[in-house]
Parts: sequence; C-alpha cells; structure tokens
Amino acid sequence: MSEIAFPAPDRKILARRAEIVAGLRRVLPEGGVIEKLDERRAFETDALTAYRKVPLAVVLPRSTEEVSAVLAYLHEQGVPVTPRGAGTSLSGGAIPQEDAVVVCVARMNRVLEIDFPNRVARVEAGVTNLAISNAVADEGFFYAPDPSSQLACSIGGNIGMNSGGAHCLKYGVTTNNLLGVRLVLVDGTIVDLGGAALDAPSYDLLALVCGAEGQLGIVTEATVRILRSAEGARPVLFGFSSSEAAGAAVAAIIGEGIVPVAMEFMDAPAIRICEDFAHAGYPLDVEAMLIIEVEGSQAEMEAELDKIIAIAKRHAVTVIKESKSAMETALIWKGRKSAFGATGRVADYICMDGTVPTGQLPYVLRRTSEIVASYGLRVANVFHAGDGNMHPLILYNVNDPAEQRKAEDAGADILRLCVEAGGCLTGEHGVGIEKRELMGCQFSKIDLDQQMRVRQAFDPAWRLNPAKVFPLDARA
Amino acid sequence: MTTHTPQNEAEAACIIADAGERRVPLSIVGAGTKRGLGRFTQTQDVLSSAALTGITLHEPAELVIAARAGTALAEIERKLAEDRQRLPFEPMDYRPLLGTSGEPTIGGVAATNLSGPRRIKAGACRDSFLGARFVNGRGEVVKSGGRVMKNVTGLDLTRLMAGAFGTLGFLTEVTFKLVPLPETESTLVIPGLSDRRGIEALSAGLGSPFEVTGAAHLPAGIGDEKARTLLRLEGFESAVRYRVSALAETLRDFGKASILETQESKRLWREVRDATFLASPTDTAIWRISVAPSKAPSLTEALGPKLSARWFHDWGGGLVWLSCSAAQDASAALVHEAARSAGGHALLVRAPEAVRAAVDVFQPQPAAIMKLAQAIKASFDPSGVLEPGRMHAGT
Ligand SMILES: Cc1cc2nc3c(=O)[nH]c(=O)nc-3n(C[C@H](O)[C@H](O)[C@H](O)COP(=O)(O)OP(=O)(O)OC[C@H]3O[C@@H](n4cnc5c(N)ncnc54)[C@H](O)[C@@H]3O)c2cc1C
Repeated sequence: MSEIAFPAPDRKILARRAEIVAGLRRVLPEGGVIEKLDERRAFETDALTAYRKVPLAVVLPRSTEEVSAVLAYLHEQGVPVTPRGAGTSLSGGAIPQEDAVVVCVARMNRVLEIDFPNRVARVEAGVTNLAISNAVADEGFFYAPDPSSQLACSIGGNIGMNSGGAHCLKYGVTTNNLLGVRLVLVDGTIVDLGGAALDAPSYDLLALVCGAEGQLGIVTEATVRILRSAEGARPVLFGFSSSEAAGAAVAAIIGEGIVPVAMEFMDAPAIRICEDFAHAGYPLDVEAMLIIEVEGSQAEMEAELDKIIAIAKRHAVTVIKESKSAMETALIWKGRKSAFGATGRVADYICMDGTVPTGQLPYVLRRTSEIVASYGLRVANVFHAGDGNMHPLILYNVNDPAEQRKAEDAGADILRLCVEAGGCLTGEHGVGIEKRELMGCQFSKIDLDQQMRVRQAFDPAWRLNPAKVFPLDARA
Repeated sequence: MTTHTPQNEAEAACIIADAGERRVPLSIVGAGTKRGLGRFTQTQDVLSSAALTGITLHEPAELVIAARAGTALAEIERKLAEDRQRLPFEPMDYRPLLGTSGEPTIGGVAATNLSGPRRIKAGACRDSFLGARFVNGRGEVVKSGGRVMKNVTGLDLTRLMAGAFGTLGFLTEVTFKLVPLPETESTLVIPGLSDRRGIEALSAGLGSPFEVTGAAHLPAGIGDEKARTLLRLEGFESAVRYRVSALAETLRDFGKASILETQESKRLWREVRDATFLASPTDTAIWRISVAPSKAPSLTEALGPKLSARWFHDWGGGLVWLSCSAAQDASAALVHEAARSAGGHALLVRAPEAVRAAVDVFQPQPAAIMKLAQAIKASFDPSGVLEPGRMHAGT
C-alpha cells in the first residue's frame, strides 16, 4: 500500500479564501471564525497524526441555527465541509482537506434536558461522552457506550463513528443507545430524526446517520437513552498461559449462556505496557489476560462469577484476581482504558479495529503475530473479546517513513485477514481515510455503489467530508 | 395477477430486473401474514420469498444466526430453543390482530422491524439485525453488514432495510444477533392503577437497577375487570427470585403486587406482545402509537373518550395499542395529530382496504424528510417497482 492519498484541492476555492472567510464572518458572530494559519493548524489532524492538512478555515458555531447558516452559505459557495467534534478519530475521519471549512461543534456543549421518567437525555453535539454520564450520575444513571476516549470525545463524534467501548457487550454501541438527532443537511436545512419515543416512522434515517462519518449532515443535538446503573459491578482478572486458551474461554463463557457486561483481552506486551502506566496489579507472568466484569447484587455477582471461574478453570487459567475495592476496580479499568495512551509512551503506533467472529479469535491472533513479525515490527493486542473487536497496536517509529509504510502494510494485511475470517474492517473506529482503499475487499462494486447512491441522496455534490469512507477511484 | 416464486437469489434478481424494464410493480410477500399492513396499493404481480428457505449459519457460541428470508420464524425459534437461545427482540405475531394465517417468515420480521415487549431492554429488531443480502429495484444483489456485532464499515444499509416494508429491496438472507434463553421469568402485577399512576410505576421500575424486560399497563377491561400494571423479570433462577422481591419493595407505594410465575407470565406477555386483547371485534380499526411514556396518559385521556376507544400500553407506557371505530377514516387525522403533538407517531395497523387507500397509514412526515425518503427510495429502486406507495405515496 502506498501513502494515503488526498484529492487535489480545488484551486479556485483556495484562491477565494479571503472572500469565503469574510462570508463566514457575516453569518457568524464575533469569534466564530478561525482563520490565522497557526490557529488553523490545531485542526489539521485528529488521532491519526501521521496525516495532516491545514483547512481553509475553521468555524466554531454555538447553535443549530449557526451551523445551518454556515452550511447554507458554504453550499451556495460550493465549498467542502469537514464536520468535527473533539478530533479523537483514529481513522482520520476528522482530518480536513485544504479546500474545506472545518465545522467544529465543540462549543455546543450544553446538556439540554435530562428526563429521568422517560430515561432519555437531550444534549448538544459537542458534549463529551463522559459529561452525559456525569450529568445523570447523581441519580444512579449512566450513558452506556463508553469509548476509552470518553473524557475527550464528543457525542457528535460518537454518532459519526457509531462508537463502542468495553461495556458494549451487554449494552450495545452508539446506534443502540441513540433515539434521535437534530441534523443540519448540506444545504442548511434542519431536520429532526427520531425523538424520545422508542422507534420512528418512515425509513430508519437515524441508523444511516449513525456511523456515517459526517457524510450525511452535521449532528447538532442528540437524544440518547440513559440507563440505571447496576447495584454493583466487579471486574476480575484471569491470566492464561496462551492467547488461544483465553480466546477459547471467551467462546465457552458465551456458549454457556453467560454474557458478562465486559470481556476485555490483553496479550503479554499490552499487559506490561498498561501495568507500567497504571499499576493496576495486572499479572505479569501470563501470556494473555481477560478482564471480565460482572454486575448486579452481591449474590448475583458471586453466582455469575462462580460459573465463569469454573469455565476458566477448564481452560487452564493460571491466575484469578478479583477486585477487592472500588479503588482496585478503578485501577483495573484505568489500566485498560489508557492502553492506547500508555502504548504511545513506548512507541508510535497505529491501531487496527477489525472485528472477527469470536470463534476465529485464536487463529486471527496467531496470524496477526506472524504478519507483524514478517514486517520486522512488534504488536500489542488489547481488545473487546466478547464481541470479537480486535485492536492490534502496531508499534513503529513515525520519523522513519519506511517503517511507517511497513506498519501500514501490516495493518492492511491484518484487516484483510479479518474480512477473510468472516469479519469486517472496522468495528468502532470508522473507515475514515485510513481504511478507505480497503473497502473493496469487504464489499463488491455493487454494494459500494448502492451505499454511495444513498450518500448522494443526502449530499448530491459530495461536499460533506468528501474524501472519506469510499475509495477515491470508485466514485461516479 | 402473477406470483413469482424465485428458487434462489439469482432468479429473484432476474425477476426484479425484468419487472423494472417492464415497469410492473411488485408486491413482496413472505407468508403474507402482514399483507394488510401499510397503505393499500394495487399491484399486479407478487414476488414471494416462499422458496428461499433454510438456516444458513448458526454458531451458538458466537450468538449469531443467518437464514434465507423465507424461513419460518417458528422454525428458527425452534432451532434456537434447542441451544437455549432466542432472538432478543421478541417479534410480535400479527396474525391474531390481522386475522391472517400461515407461518410468518424471518424476512417479514426484518422488513417490518417487528419488535415486542422486550424492546425496552434488548432493543428492537433493527438493533439485532447484523447483516442482510437483498435485491434492489435495479435487480442487483447487494450485501450489507455482516455476522459480527460490531461493524461500522460503510453506511448502515442493514438497519435501513428494517422497517422499510420491502420498498427498498427484496431481502434474500438475514443475519441476527442472539441472546441466551433465560432460566426463568416472573411478572409483578400491581392492580387497580390509573393509566397515569400505572405508567409512573413502570417508569420507577425501569429506572431501578433490576433490569425489567417487560413493562405494560392494561387498563380495566383489557383482559380483566381490574387494571393491571405488569413488570417482567428474566434471568437465572436465583437472580429473578431476588429481583422480584427487591422490585416489589421499590414499588411499594403503588400498592401490593402479586406475582405470576413462569408459565402464567409467559402466557400473559404473549397476549401483550400480540395485542390480542384488541383483536375482537374484528371490524374495529387498530392504531399503534409510539410516544415518550410520560406523554402517553394525556394522549389516551384526550383520544379515548372522543373515539370511544379501548387501549393498553406496552414499552413502559410509550407504545399505545388503541382500537376504535373504523368509520370516518378510522379518525386518522385526529390520531396522527395527537401523536404528532405528543412528539411521536401513529401507524394504522388494521382498517378496511378502502380506509387504508384513502388516508395516511404511516405518520405524515415533514417535507424535508419526505424529500430524503424519496431520494433514498430512488437510489435503490429508480423505476419504483418494489412495493410502491406501501409506506407513503412516492416511496
Ligand atoms: C486514546 C483513544 C482511545 C479511543 N478509544 C475508543 C474506544 O474505546 N471505542 C471507540 O469506539 N473509539 C475509540 N476511540 C476513537 C474516537 O475517540 C471515537 O471515534 C470518537 O467517537 C470520536 O469522537 P470525536 O468527538 O473526537 O470526533 P472527531 O474525531 O472529531 O470526528 C469523528 C468523525 O465524526 C464526524 N463528526 C464529528 N462531529 C460530528 C457531528 N457533530 N456531526 C456529524 N459528524 C460529526 C467527523 O467528521 C469524523 O468523521 C479512541 C480514540 C483515542 C485517541
């Protein structure tokens, strides 16, 4: 694979920059438009930092009406738009292009309504994922999807990527917890999809918007389900002498009718990296570890744990370590949730996100190691085992272009492997620019053409986040 | 009228391509048990999934099943029960309400996004719908999604197909997520509450940590002389026993609850699921109204007396099943307006053909949304051969 390509910017638009900035200033209040080069640079990339493009301008609207005014103006001017939340995308979904205006919803960060009787919250798109849970925590409620980036990432971005997290095994991903959005279409039209009811009439447009990576419109408000927290939760660490044994234990647990709230996998390199960072008490003398969390009353947790422990023993578990306090629980999760950040302290990395059928985990893990080794690189595996969503972190040196290329090639091989094993290219991080050119290995031309025609039903001229998701040369 | 019964996906594609060329609209049926659902439209030809049968994948340890669209739901449920699993969303059976017979197919379940009482906890049909193969109106075989739970690869056409009533594609194969069958279930029954109090009780139950999997309120005269407010718990034996008493304690202020054990509980929830309470008299119109639960009491207080209606509430109160006279267009304008002003929507589930041809069956949508819906329809079915007008005129 060669370096990820960007379409050549439209020179006519570049030449009209001053005029477009002036036009944006007319539709937004003071302070809403960023145009100085060094300030625009803050928006040149996301968490796929190897790639950057400085945008034409950045706008920071404070309301749906402002987003609508901006989009109507840019539509009239024929200027591309890159929607942006917190810019934590790992697939380059929020990376702009030089002829695009970034519309960043980060300033729209109010919780608008909390409705406990109906168990929903209505929030602006820039509200962070964790802020929703925090806003309802006093009453014992939470917002379920919990990406590791939850302190920073926005609900708008979560909707863009249909984000998941460790606890999605039981509670589902964003699409399963989203009831409605206010969406601004490419020409500035404002529509409401869904609402506080549990289903919506007509086509399920909400499902299309969730995971659309900002290609169908800009989300300005979201109505999400909030759930009552369980009476208690307890994570337990299970150490194994091989990844295969851990993978087999996961399959056996689900096979026996037990769906724990979370089942997270780490291999030896990941355990070491995270333990060095979080001092969570992870066992260092094992080849693989599962963090399995159970929920409920004391008695319920114990009953479920007994069953899980019995299964783990049949799969040659070598270490079992229960959390004994709220503090230990917090540390165990801190270690897991800071896995990417902790890895970043050790080396540069790219994070893959393919999903495979859980029965294929042992095979895919083994092949992953072989693939990465064949490029002379190292890999750490940390992922959501219960739903087969793998996150091999391929370690490399970003200042060595040859090594970066190798890491990307190894990543592409791993994703092809995931598809061959019956899975998909991305479970929760999105296609972005990163996996765009691999779409052809999962979908036929007919499949992709149908998706692109649906995209065009929303955005006929391909102005919203145009360089994402679909292979550049596949477009009509 | 011709009925086409393709033996495989490729044949289905040819039939649709041919219909497209000749501009002959097709209505799509599985077993036809829900044929009366939707706007009444005149189509010449019928495309049936009856010959596309069989389970194509079942991996119990991966909680996934795939089947050809014409496979009977009953066959799938039987197979799953052998492995102590089930579909999470408790698909309802429309036969009692619509007075139809035949074996509902899994494709029909998907195309109508058929979801039952467990929707409040386990999600709707669309939430478990992982992947699909279908033929679009251009006669092309399209695949979307896959067999894994987590998948954001491209646009989510799978969920779009759920509830599209065949207007976007002829489903040929569908893949669903499964859940383990619980060891047991029990239902708490609180007698004598008004709609408003009953729904408050349901909200309190659903806001508790005890994982209520069914929450319905049956006013007096629905299946019993007394009003009954129902909360279902499912899971391992010991957990259910504990939760039943903990939940009863939480809801103490709403009155003393009795408990229905497994078999009785199952029987009652089947009636709630299928809305059988309203099946007769068979000449009434039936509405399915979806709103936020707290909006439901005012809605039924306003509509009930005006329409001399009978009704009950599922989904924590937010799903109102209502039966009223089919005369005067089943009061469609009134019901749609009541649903709209409560922030929800209403579907006319049962009414004579003449009524369904004359009024909006689905909630009328704002112009901007209709424009999107029409553009989406055109992107799948440019010549409008798949169930034209089944949902809204123009889609
Ligand atoms: C350390 C780390 C850990 C992570 N862990 C997880 C994890 O556990 N699970 C997981 O799923 N992801 C994870 N991610 C990925 C990332 O955090 C998610 O994709 C997140 O949802 C992105 O949110 P954001 O606000 O940063 O969006 P951005 O990165 O700004 O944008 C993401 C995409 O959504 C679009 N978008 C943004 N806002 C809007 C809007 N208002 N309307 C329409 N489209 C919009 C953008 O155009 C872009 O395509 C992780 C990332 C990092 C850096």
